[in-house]
Amino acid sequence: MLEIIKQPWPWYVAGPLIGLTVPALLILGNKSFGISSSLRHVCAMCVPAKIPFFQYDWKKELWNMFFVLGIFLGGMIAVTFLANTEPVQLNPSLVKELSIYGVTDFSSLVPVELVSWNKLLTLPGLIMMVGGGFLVGFGARYAGGCTSGHAIMGLATLQWPSLVATVCFMIGGFVMANWILPFILMM
Amino acid sequence: MANSSVEQTAQSEHDIRATDSICINESQKQHKWYYNLKYLVVGLLFGVLFVKAEVISWFRIQEMFRLQSFHMYGIIGSAVLVGMISVWLIKRYRIKTISGEAITFTDKKFNKGQIYGGLLFGLGWGLTGACPGPLFAQIGMGATVVIVTLISAVAGTWVYGRFRDQLPH
Repeated sequence: MLEIIKQPWPWYVAGPLIGLTVPALLILGNKSFGISSSLRHVCAMCVPAKIPFFQYDWKKELWNMFFVLGIFLGGMIAVTFLANTEPVQLNPSLVKELSIYGVTDFSSLVPVELVSWNKLLTLPGLIMMVGGGFLVGFGARYAGGCTSGHAIMGLATLQWPSLVATVCFMIGGFVMANWILPFILMM
Repeated sequence: MANSSVEQTAQSEHDIRATDSICINESQKQHKWYYNLKYLVVGLLFGVLFVKAEVISWFRIQEMFRLQSFHMYGIIGSAVLVGMISVWLIKRYRIKTISGEAITFTDKKFNKGQIYGGLLFGLGWGLTGACPGPLFAQIGMGATVVIVTLISAVAGTWVYGRFRDQLPH
């Protein structure tokens, strides 16, 4: 049994389980599934700076911080006790393309040749880690949610603005991965 | 008089929270802090899922945006489908929370932020290979440098909040 759990889980197992997070949070306490709002709560808690957007009672949203702390611990547990024995099985054409940029280590879920403390102060490293993080945080709040709040919770409750947001997420990702990222990796 | 001003504050508080369209569900019941531990457990299971299904893999996200694999589409698609059916069942049978409260849904209002913000978020997603959830799981996995990405995401959120009034919505 443990052997099966240690394999990477196929989409038709993982996807429905992720979907079940929606009713789980609703039934446990009428909470809407959403993750990026935790970043807003951090701002409201630590640096509200009299900005109206951060003036609200964040203590009521503490559940969200517990939730993301759980995700952090889940990552820790999965990698310690249930780690995959094999590297990620990727499409050969992606492997070939990445090798052009010197990315050949597929042992971790993060590309260790691009995302590491050593690479942080290089130009591509700064763009990917600092720039990418900033865009994720800024964009998610500007859009009013991220993949969980819009693509999963929003679509599950048939909100058409969430469909607009999800389509825009995908367009942005396509543009980045296909047309901009290659130039960054060549730097 | 005093009463109406309290009501007004409550109203504007609701507005501020509703602009996020996420953090509006309020529980009328006052619970002790440790009631929140149940969300930690859900998060924990969710984090394990993220790792085991390779959702937090930068490579998997690159495959998705290059249309080289069905994996991520299958995950998001089936998650949405299961979520949709669950929400329908909750509404249909008026299922209540475990503490007996009604489950509520708030409609999201359209604004141009969903387009501009969505595109910017997408660019960031393609770069980092992680949306906010996976960032937490990646750090847990031991990729400590992702803390920098997370802090930067908090900074992005703050800058949005600071310049919110000047941005087109």
